[in-house]
Amino acid sequence: MTEFTPVSAAAGGALIGLSAVLLMAFNGRIAGISGTLSGAVFAERGDRSWRAMFLIGLVSGPTIYMLFTGHRPPFEMTAPLPLIVIGGVLVGFGTRLGSGCTSGHGVCGLSRLSLRSMVAVAVFMSAGAATVALAKLATGG
Amino acid sequence: MVNPAKVLAFLDIFSNWDPSLAFVMGAALTITAIGYRLAWRRPTPVFAERFELPGNRSLDTKLAVGAVLFGAGWGLVGLCPGPALAALTIGGPPAWVFLAAMTAGALMFDLSPLAKLARKSSVAAT
Repeated sequence: MTEFTPVSAAAGGALIGLSAVLLMAFNGRIAGISGTLSGAVFAERGDRSWRAMFLIGLVSGPTIYMLFTGHRPPFEMTAPLPLIVIGGVLVGFGTRLGSGCTSGHGVCGLSRLSLRSMVAVAVFMSAGAATVALAKLATGG
Repeated sequence: MVNPAKVLAFLDIFSNWDPSLAFVMGAALTITAIGYRLAWRRPTPVFAERFELPGNRSLDTKLAVGAVLFGAGWGLVGLCPGPALAALTIGGPPAWVFLAAMTAGALMFDLSPLAKLARKSSVAAT
């Protein structure tokens, strides 16, 4: 389906790791995107500004990538509109209910050897793989 | 990781598997696992009073159900929260729709009684 790109993948992963480490070293916080986003609205007053800054940085990422490489990062999203809406709601609700996503549980939680994160990652990876397999069956792919 | 096609190809373990994302995760984990331990050598973070780490240790239903719902949504579209935000400037209208739906889903949780319970047990200082 897509080409195997281990070098750029590992370089990108290293930058994600660096981001998580810097946020811990300077602010003492877990770089979990779902919780950071929600807390930007719902956290106590003094706890909001670092979240806003972190999110602004995240949104600026592709622009910085373009400045360095001169081209847009590849982006192909083929899901039909109703599935995009359903998927979005599931991701938003699920990550809040389960207290984390690929960043908070995946990168940060596994690095801390958190048992909750290990379980969460195993469950959401399996659910993701099962969903892709079922979607393929359903569409005859 | 921001490209949904890459994510879906990674989750597609039974046919055209593209393992690239495992390299994203592997590199991120290596840097974070080492970097966290270096960061924790200081008594406090540089700009904050303490390291705030999740104190909840229980493997409860919410964790499992939340992860199943998240995984299903991730597998349907190929976007998780970080990339959904990063896609704001490159993904066009479909990415905006996803981000809006994701925010709505998060709000459904945050405005529900479930969120109050979670807030009580989530953060503990080390």
